[in-house]
Amino acid sequence: MDIIVCIKRVAQTAEADVKVDPSGKNIVKDRLTFDMNESDTYALEEAILLKEKFSGTLTAVSLGTAEAEDTLRIALAKGADNAIRIKAEDFDELDGFKTAQLIKAAIKDLKFDVIFTGCIATDDYFSQVGVALAEMLGIPHATLVTKVDIQENKAQVYRELEGGLLEHLEMTLPSLFTIQTGINEPRYASLIAIRRAAKKEIKVIGASDIDQTGIQAGTVLEELFPPPVGKHAEILSGSTDEIAVKLTGIIKDKGLI
Amino acid sequence: MSEIFALVEHRQGTIRDITYELMSCGRKLAENASAKLTAVILGHNTDSIVQAVKSQAHRLLVVDSEMFKDFNSELYQITLSEIIKQQNPRLTLIGHSAFGMDLCPALAVQVGLPFATDCLGVEIVEQKIKVTRQMYDGKLNARVLLRENPGHMITLRSGCFPAGESSLEGVVENLDITVSSQPDYRKFIEYIEAAIGDVDITKSDILVSIGRGVKEQANISVIEDFAAAIGGVVSCSRPVVDAGWLTKDRQVGSSGKTVKPKLYIALGISGAFQHIVGMKSADTIIAVNKDPNAPIFNEADYGIVDDLFKVVPVLKNKILEMKQAKG
Repeated sequence: MDIIVCIKRVAQTAEADVKVDPSGKNIVKDRLTFDMNESDTYALEEAILLKEKFSGTLTAVSLGTAEAEDTLRIALAKGADNAIRIKAEDFDELDGFKTAQLIKAAIKDLKFDVIFTGCIATDDYFSQVGVALAEMLGIPHATLVTKVDIQENKAQVYRELEGGLLEHLEMTLPSLFTIQTGINEPRYASLIAIRRAAKKEIKVIGASDIDQTGIQAGTVLEELFPPPVGKHAEILSGSTDEIAVKLTGIIKDKGLI
Repeated sequence: MSEIFALVEHRQGTIRDITYELMSCGRKLAENASAKLTAVILGHNTDSIVQAVKSQAHRLLVVDSEMFKDFNSELYQITLSEIIKQQNPRLTLIGHSAFGMDLCPALAVQVGLPFATDCLGVEIVEQKIKVTRQMYDGKLNARVLLRENPGHMITLRSGCFPAGESSLEGVVENLDITVSSQPDYRKFIEYIEAAIGDVDITKSDILVSIGRGVKEQANISVIEDFAAAIGGVVSCSRPVVDAGWLTKDRQVGSSGKTVKPKLYIALGISGAFQHIVGMKSADTIIAVNKDPNAPIFNEADYGIVDDLFKVVPVLKNKILEMKQAKG
């Protein structure tokens, strides 16, 4: 069972102060931490579990700058056999559509039975690379997968719909699955494995390695800006004690207790 | 032709709310661009859908086939690509739902349309299509231009385009398209309903809801004590379920439950849109979060910028004091 997993190194912005840089098209990065995109960690774990079950080769692919190699090394330390970095610095206007085209070009010589990706990247929120890639490769796909059970050439696939409803599909391989968080328990890489992975070679693919005829973006980012402040909460200030008194008053006034 | 298309989304015989939001957005765009809005319906026994959508669009394109009783994005893609190639709409609107996420990118790639997903706003300016999206965990918005092309496709985030009154009298056109049976490579088997848990969080007047900020499973007992003191039930956002600390039936949000309690206390929840859609209709929302820029503060009525573990014990004591004074 040969497997490809697509992973991305993203800024960890959930609890950070995010500011627009002077270009207006990017964020100020110097005070942010970076790590593997959350749903990609689950996609990677699913790929490793599948490899452990059936053996075969697992290749991790990432489009990113040189720092993305740290993320690929984590994948190698956890259980990937090979890693490919597509040099983001060689390309511009990297929307989901163009990213999918570049990944397709980068994996063109690889054999695979299954491709895993995360279901959404927390930086661009696209949820499109996996599905677009599957279409470009001419293979079926399923998104938001919370369980996948593979036996020989068949996969029982469970997609998470709104309201907690699941959709059960039967699919054949090769297929691409975009993985939802919570599907498994992503492992940690051991220190020994991390040290070993530091010495492994990462294949780097740049503009000169890819025939770029016809490769183009579908969208152009014009500007980033802070979201409009809607109904903003009344922020309660004071000591914790004072705040608790105020809150208790509010709760009481509304007749909630 | 400069039509706007909007795809009707339905499941288990019910039209999904996003459908009316797509129609509302589509009508506005059509009006501004002197175009017409077409509702596209793929379904089985579509009469009730047609009746419900008729007032929403200028035209209805209907493909009725048993194959469309349940959603199979593969079959949708095959049929829609044929319709779009025939009709060449300038813009096709699809919901950014589990349905649209599975369909749009593949369909757009197949037909060769520039596409944008998860849009909060869309406008047509001098023939150009511009969308507003969210990025970086909802901390920033982005204005995005779609590449110029005769046709485009976008998915719209639910809750961003309020459904509106409409009294159009849509003309119904039944399309005679042969729909193939389910392909072997992707077959719909069944829907599986969510498991029912010990508590129904949709029935509680007070929800004490926890997110990533609760940090570890051992801390949940502190929250349970607080919930008991205030007379509420503990619910949560997705990361808490992903970590296995609470069961899925406690999850509030698009893939969990939609709740409308009288009081919703969000503790350590940043407020991703998937969570917000599940709780924004609560009467009163109180949020505690260390991050002053957390999107949850845009939805809450009252906010406390602090560590939830500092606030919760003090608040619990005050509430117990008040109850004693009353009792």
